[in-house]
Amino acid sequence: MMPRYLLALLIGVTPVLAFAGDAQPMIDDPVLEARVMTLSSELRCLVCQGQSLAESHADFATDMRSKIQGLMRDGMSDEQVVDFLVARYGDFIRFRPPLKATTALLWLGPLLLFVIAAGLLVVSFRRRRQRAAAAPLSDVERRRLGALLGDGAEDGKA
Amino acid sequence: MMKARFFLPLLVFAVLVVFLYVGLSLKPSEVPSPLIGKAAPAFALPAVHHPEQTIAREDMLGQVWLLNVWASWCVTCRQEHPLLVRMAREKIVPIYGLNYKDTRADAIDWLNALGNPYITSLFDEAGQVGIDFGVYGVPETFVIDKRGVIRYKHIGALTDSALREKILPLVRELNS
Repeated sequence: MMPRYLLALLIGVTPVLAFAGDAQPMIDDPVLEARVMTLSSELRCLVCQGQSLAESHADFATDMRSKIQGLMRDGMSDEQVVDFLVARYGDFIRFRPPLKATTALLWLGPLLLFVIAAGLLVVSFRRRRQRAAAAPLSDVERRRLGALLGDGAEDGKA
Repeated sequence: MMKARFFLPLLVFAVLVVFLYVGLSLKPSEVPSPLIGKAAPAFALPAVHHPEQTIAREDMLGQVWLLNVWASWCVTCRQEHPLLVRMAREKIVPIYGLNYKDTRADAIDWLNALGNPYITSLFDEAGQVGIDFGVYGVPETFVIDKRGVIRYKHIGALTDSALREKILPLVRELNS
């Protein structure tokens, strides 16, 4: 019979095993491996587009990671590796595309929407205030207001 | 004023419908290639059938040709293959294959079984040339002009309509 604490320990380590599937290390060099994984988490897997090259199990992602690793081994810097891939697959492979004419809307669009929304809000507030100011109280309303405000001035002269 | 407010939601809805409708016909899996309009990357690969024969980018200059990326393990390649065989028979445009991450034996078996539309198939065992061409899904088909510039890339299986509407008119234009 297995001691209870041992069983508890076994159950405790099971979640650790669940991580094992994530991005198999392909190399014995942990520094290089870390560099490959950091860079590939910034790059899109083109066949499973919501995932990065680091997360994906697709053949394409595995190939790309080993390619990146090869390029790094050849002495390429991170930027050079990204440039290499962008030259072949386009800006879409980057999760953070650079700001340029074709991507300006992507970067500035949300800001543009915010400015438009804020502008509409200001215009709408201003118009409402004008409308409120432009309509003076009628005699009946003034009397009622006086009544509500109290101090016994029910004749509205208060 | 009252009317405008009444129609505003309808207007917003109409704009939304237009965007969603356009979205239906977009193909996000087809990533536009940055290589279009640029010189095809340099390559020098052995032929599938003749390991001793090397074919390089320079050998292709002076003709308009198709480069079809295929593999025996690729299911969609089977789907487009009859179309390629028909094109080869009609001698519409020279078709070269890029046999991508395959084995020689499998590739040759596949061609024997399904017909060989390729003038030659380049044997890219490691997928290195594939990466240089920005291949991420097989099959892919490139149209390359006389000066060795990539003019068009088709991602996925070739279809009759893609041939009729895009590829053949382009080949005709490049040849004239």
